[in-house]
Amino acid sequence: MKLFKLLGLFWSTSLAAEMEYRSNFVMATLSTLFGLGATLFALSLFYRRGADLGGWSWLEALLVLGMFTLLHGLSRTLFEPNLSRIVEHVRTGTLDFVLLKPIDSQLWLSTRRLSPWGVPDIVLGVGLIAYAATTLGLEPLSFLVALVPVASSLTILYSIWFTVAATTIWYVKIYNITDVLQAWLDAGRYPIESFPPGVFRFIFTFVVPVAFLTTVPARAMLGHFEVRWLLYAVLLAAGLFVFSRVFWRFALRFYTSASS
Amino acid sequence: MTAFWRKLKAFADAGFASWSEYRAELYLWALAGVIPIIMMGVWRQTATRHDIGMSPSELTRYFLAVFMVRQLTMVWLIWEFEQQVVTGTLSPQLLQPIHPFWRFLVWHLTERVARTPFALALLLFWLWVFPDAVWLPSLKDLGLTALGVAAAFLARFVIQCAVATIAFWSERASSIEQLWFTVYMALSGMIAPLEMFPPSVRSFAELTPFPYMVYFPARILLGMPVDLLKGFAVLGAWSLAGFVVFRLLWRRGLRHYSAMGA
Repeated sequence: MKLFKLLGLFWSTSLAAEMEYRSNFVMATLSTLFGLGATLFALSLFYRRGADLGGWSWLEALLVLGMFTLLHGLSRTLFEPNLSRIVEHVRTGTLDFVLLKPIDSQLWLSTRRLSPWGVPDIVLGVGLIAYAATTLGLEPLSFLVALVPVASSLTILYSIWFTVAATTIWYVKIYNITDVLQAWLDAGRYPIESFPPGVFRFIFTFVVPVAFLTTVPARAMLGHFEVRWLLYAVLLAAGLFVFSRVFWRFALRFYTSASS
Repeated sequence: MTAFWRKLKAFADAGFASWSEYRAELYLWALAGVIPIIMMGVWRQTATRHDIGMSPSELTRYFLAVFMVRQLTMVWLIWEFEQQVVTGTLSPQLLQPIHPFWRFLVWHLTERVARTPFALALLLFWLWVFPDAVWLPSLKDLGLTALGVAAAFLARFVIQCAVATIAFWSERASSIEQLWFTVYMALSGMIAPLEMFPPSVRSFAELTPFPYMVYFPARILLGMPVDLLKGFAVLGAWSLAGFVVFRLLWRRGLRHYSAMGA
């Protein structure tokens, strides 16, 4: 319960701080609309020629795009405001103060802030999913089924992001490594089957596992998924999460603060 | 004039020294330019499964050319400039006897020299993965590509300079740049060759400067027919327009600028 009280405090203070910049909301909404518009345009280029993306119909592809948009919004709200600051803490040495607090340092670094600017993405993502699902005639139950893989996706995304950010304890100079990760995640706008077998699918399944982030949840909603893949997603999420914790403890042993 | 060139040389020396120290960071930026690669995958696979009017090899080749053009024409000064305005570190630079944007230009050019070997290595990797896409541009095409890329870079650089001056009044200069970038991405040929656009969208895109910044140099690199005169004229006109706007906003902005803490 102490945890919930803490989260309540963390998030109410950071929301109060962000509300000073309310006009950000206009920019965030515009950038979501522009980004979604560009992707819809790209998708339409395939379907208007009678082609499809790796066997996915137009509505099914929209479902994947909806999952991507939702995940993008959630990570903008929950992860980005926190994880993008880790590098700064390491570089300037303010990580010292975090380590001194009577709270788990990974928990503090990962939950201290909450940014409302991912909300437009979340709303549009859910809207897109709902539109595609109802037009496809999916049962309401399928939304419930999707909860498990979506939760796995979030955990996978968080764990990878945190682990990558933790490497900056050794390599402060490569502060932009999380930007590379974010750039590659863009591949999640398209179902994994739309990439050529071989190098592409290997990278997007095992190196930057966007296949698990958007394709698996979308397929779970459609109902033609194999339980096997759902299990893999949950296992991967649990494994990566545990790894991120072990890795953080390991990395901290090498933390020497700034200018020492 | 010689004093001016000596100043530029000092910037260049500092630039090269800094980029060789921050090589790893630079390589990561190169890796972040992944959109053409993602689109290459999706288009290649689609062309393998359906007849869409272009072969998988042609599409792969096209996106690899786009990838190289993007690597060579990336412009990032707005992020740097915005920081300088917000934190006030712009002030000492205003005291230097040269316009601060010359420094940005030289730093971009030295960065490009440091980046190119790595970008070429990435290109070779993808050609090794998809050997059917290998092509050999003629020397003449390579020379023309260099000119095309230089013109595209200049247009993007000058336009971004103009957008960057918004930072004097608002903290949203880089958000505006991002919106601009999304439109650039959609219409420049980065997500699809213009042949794949619906005809109406294509003719609209060709009224904007965007296709000339990516599609045009990429086609030269591929040795495909292009209207050279029109391409360079459009890029030149936009560079000029961007420059005029930049000069105007810069002068007004400087008067408005009150350094951090002042």
